[in-house]
Amino acid sequence: MTGFSWNLIEDVALLLSYHFMLNALRAGTIVAVLAGAIGYFMVLRRQSFAGHTLAVIGFPGAAGATWLGLSASAGYFGFCIAGALVIAALPRAGRRSSGLGGYGDESAVIGTVQAVALACGFLFVSQYRGFLSGLTSLLFGTITGVSDAQVLALLAAGAGCLLALLALGRPLLFSTIDPDVAEARGVPVRLVGAGFLVLLAVAAAGTSQVTGSLLVFALLVTPAATASRLTARPGLGLLLSILIAVAVTWLGEGIAFFSPYPIGFWVTTLAFAAFLLATGYRAATERLGRRAAASPAAAPAGSPAGGGSR
Amino acid sequence: MSALLAADPVTGFASMLSQPFVRHALLAGTAISALSGLVGYFVVLRGQVFAGDALSHVAYAGALAALAAGLDLRFGLFAATIGVGLLLGLLGGRGVADDVVIGTTFAWVLGLGVLFLTLYTTSSSTGNGAANVTVLFGSIFAITGAAAATAAWIAAGLIGALLLIARPLLFASVDPGVAAARGVPTRLLGPLFLAILGGAVAEASQAVGALLLFGLLAAPAAAAQRLTADPWRALSLAGVLAVLAMWAGLGLAYAVPALPASFTIVGCAAVEFAAAAGYRALRGSAAKAGQPGGQPAADEPRGVVAAP
Repeated sequence: MTGFSWNLIEDVALLLSYHFMLNALRAGTIVAVLAGAIGYFMVLRRQSFAGHTLAVIGFPGAAGATWLGLSASAGYFGFCIAGALVIAALPRAGRRSSGLGGYGDESAVIGTVQAVALACGFLFVSQYRGFLSGLTSLLFGTITGVSDAQVLALLAAGAGCLLALLALGRPLLFSTIDPDVAEARGVPVRLVGAGFLVLLAVAAAGTSQVTGSLLVFALLVTPAATASRLTARPGLGLLLSILIAVAVTWLGEGIAFFSPYPIGFWVTTLAFAAFLLATGYRAATERLGRRAAASPAAAPAGSPAGGGSR
Repeated sequence: MSALLAADPVTGFASMLSQPFVRHALLAGTAISALSGLVGYFVVLRGQVFAGDALSHVAYAGALAALAAGLDLRFGLFAATIGVGLLLGLLGGRGVADDVVIGTTFAWVLGLGVLFLTLYTTSSSTGNGAANVTVLFGSIFAITGAAAATAAWIAAGLIGALLLIARPLLFASVDPGVAAARGVPTRLLGPLFLAILGGAVAEASQAVGALLLFGLLAAPAAAAQRLTADPWRALSLAGVLAVLAMWAGLGLAYAVPALPASFTIVGCAAVEFAAAAGYRALRGSAAKAGQPGGQPAADEPRGVVAAP
């Protein structure tokens, strides 16, 4: 695309001289901080399938809003938040953690909901003629076309969301780690969960506008999963998750600017690379720790040798 | 086009069936939906919906990789989905990888698909942006006669393979421990089934697209499970419901040209599911009213994991 030289300072200056890139970086930063923070709790609560579903629900919202001549952000936020309220209102019985083996019928329902949401989005897109290129950016993200108003809206949504997360943080962490004890101590577990789903919806809607509906995992799940591979302490993990998300977004947007390949590819690839590195690091430290624990035979209990990450 | 809505439905159907593209769509659609319904029942029973989701991502990346390399789209579809299905099965799936790992990996695979899309649309002079939409959302009315026949033959072969292993697979799905003790080769069946699932995903992608195949895979199966508890009946019901959704969807899309076929097919499957869920709820409340205090919901799993 535009000329890339090996003088990095010049490259960054060139990149920042475009207004749309500035806006993309601003939006990306807001979204990355939000997604890193909320995503960390989402991974802790094992609700990544819910996050993915909410993001997918945002797609018909954005497509429908564009079809009706409204702004796409309104559609994303409206549909995502409505979807979160519906999921929160669903009866709790039978909802289990998602995994390849652990859940059956309930996930079939979620899968059906996803397919219907995507089909509706496709319907709206096909009603809106000449929208084929817009479809790709709705699904896979784009770095162009983030307006000043959108940045402001994202900033307001992100700030509100983070404040709410701060207010919700302690009871949320408590009810995530031990719901039964939290309930016994008088924490309104159900309400906290519903509140968190709404925050998750806002984060998913915001992330969709940068990575597209289908690649939300890249910012919402991967940085958090990477952070939880590196540390088990919640505060540090939260910070790491945010840092990784921001770094991945900046790098991805920068590389996408200079390369002919789309942002969705770069952000997912960078995030996935970070995840692989963290997994490898964890495996290596665990092996070292085990070896260290095994070789000095008289290692006393509670010796600090062999950290691992627990 | 809206001949179906004419006063005489018989002539409407006759004129619809006289169109070659409708016949091709019906041929391919019937075979593919029967396969999806049957396979989908086992997917739901075995709790492998997320694996199906993962394979749909792989289907997208595989199809676009084949297009970018200048090969037939279907080659990439089948090679990618069956290969990854086998891989998932051989790696064990259970315990090894949780949803975070799978989700992370397949978000990246989808990102790769976007890369291939860019390669395809920028490198080849014949590349058209419509290919992306076709892979994602399907276009069953655009299927050619030869492609429809191939799809039908492959679907028939996969259905045959599935029925061949259906009995031990059912046993192994319902109670893997006892099945293994009785000498059922569960370790062989798992990968074999995931390979068949991969084939079904590749087939369904051609009909309704990689993103919407849950409409055919999960919705009829979930509906069938709400209507009957008998596994063999539920299995055949899932197949029948999927085929019915396909026919109704094709007819509706033909009658109302503004609606894309993928939307109507998935919509009909979802309506079936909603009707089945409603029927079940009605019957459940009627049964509860009939025998007060019949059975308290004792078999509900207690919140082992933090549910929202």
